[in-house]
Amino acid sequence: MGLAPRRGKPRVTHETVIGLEVHVQLETASKMFCGCAVEFGAAPNSRTCPVCLGLPGSLPVLNRRAVELGLRTAVVLECRIHPQSEFHRKNYYYPDLPKNYQISQYQYAGHPPLATAGRLDLDAGEASRTIGIRRVHLEEDTGKLLHAEGRSLVDYNRSGTPLMEVVTEPDMRSPEEARLFLAQLRAVLQYAGVTTGRMEEGTLRCDANLSLRAPGGPHGTRTEVKNMNSLRSVERALRFEEARQREQLARGEPVVQETRHWDEQRGVTFSSREKEEAQDYRYFPEPDLVPLVVDDAWVAQVRTGLPELPEAKRRRYAEVFALPEHEARLLTATRPMAEFFEAAVREFNQPKIVANWLVGDVAAYLNGAGQEIEEAHLTPTALAGLLQLLDRGTLSGRLAKEVLEEMLSTGRTAGEIVKDRGLVQISDEAALAEMVDGVIAEHPGPVGDVRAGKDKAVAFLVGQVMKRSRGRANPEVVNRLLRARLGAR
Amino acid sequence: MASRSLADCTAWELRDLYARGEASPSEAVRAVLDRIDAVDPALHAYLYVDREAALLDAARWDGRAGRDDAPPLAGIPVALKDNICTRGWPTTAGSRMLEGFRPPYDATVTVRLREAGAVLLGKTNCDEFAMGSSTENSGFGPTHNPWDLARVPGGSSGGSAAAVAAGAATLALGSDTGGSIRQPGAHCGVVALKTTYGRVSRYGLIAFASSLDQIGPFARDVRDAALLLGVIAGHDPADSTSAPRPVPAYAGGLTGEVRGLRIGLVREFFGEGIAPGVADAVRAAAGVLAGLGATCDEVSLPHAAYAMPAYYIIAPAEASSNLARYAGVQYGHRTEHAEDLYTLYARTRREGFGAEVKRRIMLGTFALSSGYYDAYYLRAQRVRTLIRREFAAALERFDLLLGPVAPTTAFRIGEKAEDPLQMYLSDVYTIPVNLAGVPGISVPCGFAGGLPVGLQLIGRAFDEAAVFNAAFAYEQATPHHTARPPLAASPPSSWDSPRAGGSRA
Amino acid sequence: MIDDRTVAHVARLSRLELSDDERERFRAQLGSILEHFQSLLALDLAGEAPPGDLSPLAGNGRLDAHASEITNVLREDTVQPCLPLEDVLANAPASEDGCFVVPPVIEGE
Repeated sequence: MGLAPRRGKPRVTHETVIGLEVHVQLETASKMFCGCAVEFGAAPNSRTCPVCLGLPGSLPVLNRRAVELGLRTAVVLECRIHPQSEFHRKNYYYPDLPKNYQISQYQYAGHPPLATAGRLDLDAGEASRTIGIRRVHLEEDTGKLLHAEGRSLVDYNRSGTPLMEVVTEPDMRSPEEARLFLAQLRAVLQYAGVTTGRMEEGTLRCDANLSLRAPGGPHGTRTEVKNMNSLRSVERALRFEEARQREQLARGEPVVQETRHWDEQRGVTFSSREKEEAQDYRYFPEPDLVPLVVDDAWVAQVRTGLPELPEAKRRRYAEVFALPEHEARLLTATRPMAEFFEAAVREFNQPKIVANWLVGDVAAYLNGAGQEIEEAHLTPTALAGLLQLLDRGTLSGRLAKEVLEEMLSTGRTAGEIVKDRGLVQISDEAALAEMVDGVIAEHPGPVGDVRAGKDKAVAFLVGQVMKRSRGRANPEVVNRLLRARLGAR
Repeated sequence: MASRSLADCTAWELRDLYARGEASPSEAVRAVLDRIDAVDPALHAYLYVDREAALLDAARWDGRAGRDDAPPLAGIPVALKDNICTRGWPTTAGSRMLEGFRPPYDATVTVRLREAGAVLLGKTNCDEFAMGSSTENSGFGPTHNPWDLARVPGGSSGGSAAAVAAGAATLALGSDTGGSIRQPGAHCGVVALKTTYGRVSRYGLIAFASSLDQIGPFARDVRDAALLLGVIAGHDPADSTSAPRPVPAYAGGLTGEVRGLRIGLVREFFGEGIAPGVADAVRAAAGVLAGLGATCDEVSLPHAAYAMPAYYIIAPAEASSNLARYAGVQYGHRTEHAEDLYTLYARTRREGFGAEVKRRIMLGTFALSSGYYDAYYLRAQRVRTLIRREFAAALERFDLLLGPVAPTTAFRIGEKAEDPLQMYLSDVYTIPVNLAGVPGISVPCGFAGGLPVGLQLIGRAFDEAAVFNAAFAYEQATPHHTARPPLAASPPSSWDSPRAGGSRA
Repeated sequence: MIDDRTVAHVARLSRLELSDDERERFRAQLGSILEHFQSLLALDLAGEAPPGDLSPLAGNGRLDAHASEITNVLREDTVQPCLPLEDVLANAPASEDGCFVVPPVIEGE
């Protein structure tokens, strides 16, 4: 799927080749090698201990749940899980690395990491593509560096947080595809309970490798792109980098192998300071840890313990709730959305209506506000509440939309808003009759049209009643009353 | 009963005295502290002594230490090598890099000592980060051998060995990576054990070479060593490499019965390089065991010759990584002149580390570096497997292996300081045992030229009991374990308890 | 046996600042130590593996780096108390607002 040649100049159509390295923070209560709590936003260095600080004499002990989540990932990504794997030390000096080595899993002949050779099928509508997963391995996260004037500050709260690295094969062919992969990977891992997968919070991070190659030719030189902090950034950054490399090749210049940082503000990637020599990490097996042996029984246990995954959920929604395919897809796009839907349905058992509102008005609001469902002020109970009011006729459909918008922006319940703004639907015939009579008196023309058999005029008159009642009139009752008064059927 | 300082009593003797009410922990601890005052200015075994804390601890055990329900080390004065973390006490690992460092936590062995009622005296001197065979590499000056102050006590646990030999501690802990417990034990004439790898927790031991380091006991006799090991040994969930195996009752298992025991004398340990006096003493010891009913035959461990180079690749490699954290960021020394990160690291480490540590870090970094990993590190590990297998095979034919601990007796301070390779060679009989991961003990077996010689007995993995028992049998059949260096000669009657009754001549 | 450039490189990897004298001295010492290792490097390991053995000597590269045969040492995912901040910073050469202070670090270094 190459891009069209540059305008005016006959050009070889280069193919974009993208691979991703995704760092996933595993959803555990405690850190990878110690019992400190994994907590976002705690006061600096308040979630540390001798182990994650790397104090002299401290030793690591592996978190069982981190391994389980790694295995779950390997299962959902259809990887080959290796019966024995080890940990290695990756040695380099940096202030956010308390021991000046990171415990990770390296890979070389005879020494596989946790899992290799998996796949993720991309749902791109009709065309389905498969992205290869090269490997999945476990490692510990580093601390955080904060930059100040003339000095840097180190906070080790994050040090030792369990991380899983998922490395893909260079199978993506466009920035869009890379974004799609990332979104899907995130969804599936959220579903599996492996991670919360929030890029803004850093529980999902991504580096990319991008190169261009002439069709049928050898792989081009690749650059590494870092510092992309959202799905959108990933796509934007790769689009920029793709164009940049294309232009360079067009000018006859070779692409330099380097690491480039994405600058969200300026919308460019820039070359980070080039290192004097390539890093020699001097990997060797971690002598403070023992090998990890994963037998078939354990894998089977992990498999049966998996929560319901997106595809299964989609099928269930379609079968059990009789939802159309595309709605099911939207509702299962992320785990929080699916959970929201299911929770709302539990309280208001009309799945089609719930689905409608979620994929319609709610989704529209979220997209506009740039929010995810889990960030919204709306709760499943609140949505159910709104739909109940609608169902009972207390609120009209049109007003319900307005109320929903206010609920989404303020977090108030439908009940509160309706009461406050006096929006209860008027169904009382006597009250409505008065309004209807009033409208009839004011619009003799349309009234005449109705009597003459022009049905469309009824709608106009209904509209006028709605206006007079500030939207609160029950339209069916108004319609009935009008027709009765005017002798229309 | 001869007039003898409480400082020269063994732990078992003290326990007896406590039980009979003839001495109190306060008296014993005071005696040891006084001994420290008397001898340590010359010996320099200690880097830190907390007299007040020790006396307070001791006082807590007065009246309680002798009871049946008292924990095994109640009121017994114990010293720890300064690479073992003791909460709130300076822990330097013998290095200027950690001068002033006070860990906020106790090593597991420290916790176990406290729970056993031990009275902790202080921290003993050692080669910097346990790298050395003489304690001359300490950043704070060497320790002197109590038998001859002009000589080294051995290393790296020289301070602990010297303290126990001189009565400046009843018991002590050291660590052994390539011989650092056994060799100073031999040079100072005390019992010193390196356990099976994984027998004792390493949590809180400042790491040198993670796959080799083990903490172990120093004592004046085998029964005491067994008592101490029983307290510190056993699985620790905080150390992934600690063995989940039950701990036998070591002290209770000392029968002294060695009839039928098959002992293999390691041919390669009696070859070129061993001083005649040492060889004679060790062979004589084998003769004693034979006399007690054991059978002694020769066994060959052909790959023992490769143990040294393998060790001096593996240990520095692991050390180069373990010591990377000492870089002036969180603790320890920091250079005053650092404008940028690289300089902070490089100058801090230049200032904080001594020459031997730097040498080993560089050797280790080299062995792990790209292009050399396969030829050096990987190859050394493969040879290690060979050595391990060889020991295992030999220990199927034999119950114990026997040999010297060191090729010579204690050398003079400064004698080997200029030639690192010469220094390394003094570990030639101990290193293979670390690589094999099996237990080895040093037991005093006489003198050569007036200086102590150590007998090494090597056992099967986790069979410390057999090692202790044979050592005990040998010890009880000889007077060597009662010898004390002149330095430790009791000052006239520092202990004259009326409760013991009678007079002492 | 080992040249000056290699020593300089290794010193850099190890973050050890050395004077020219030291570098030369270490070069000589490391050289003689490495020479001592020649016997090890020359050792023929190929024929040493018993049949069916999964040791590194059989050439399949499995590394016997571990000193014991324990596997799967895992801890349950429960939260344990952390160190109080004052303990964390007690040995710090320099700290500020609960953080450790280092010279300014350029992003992406």
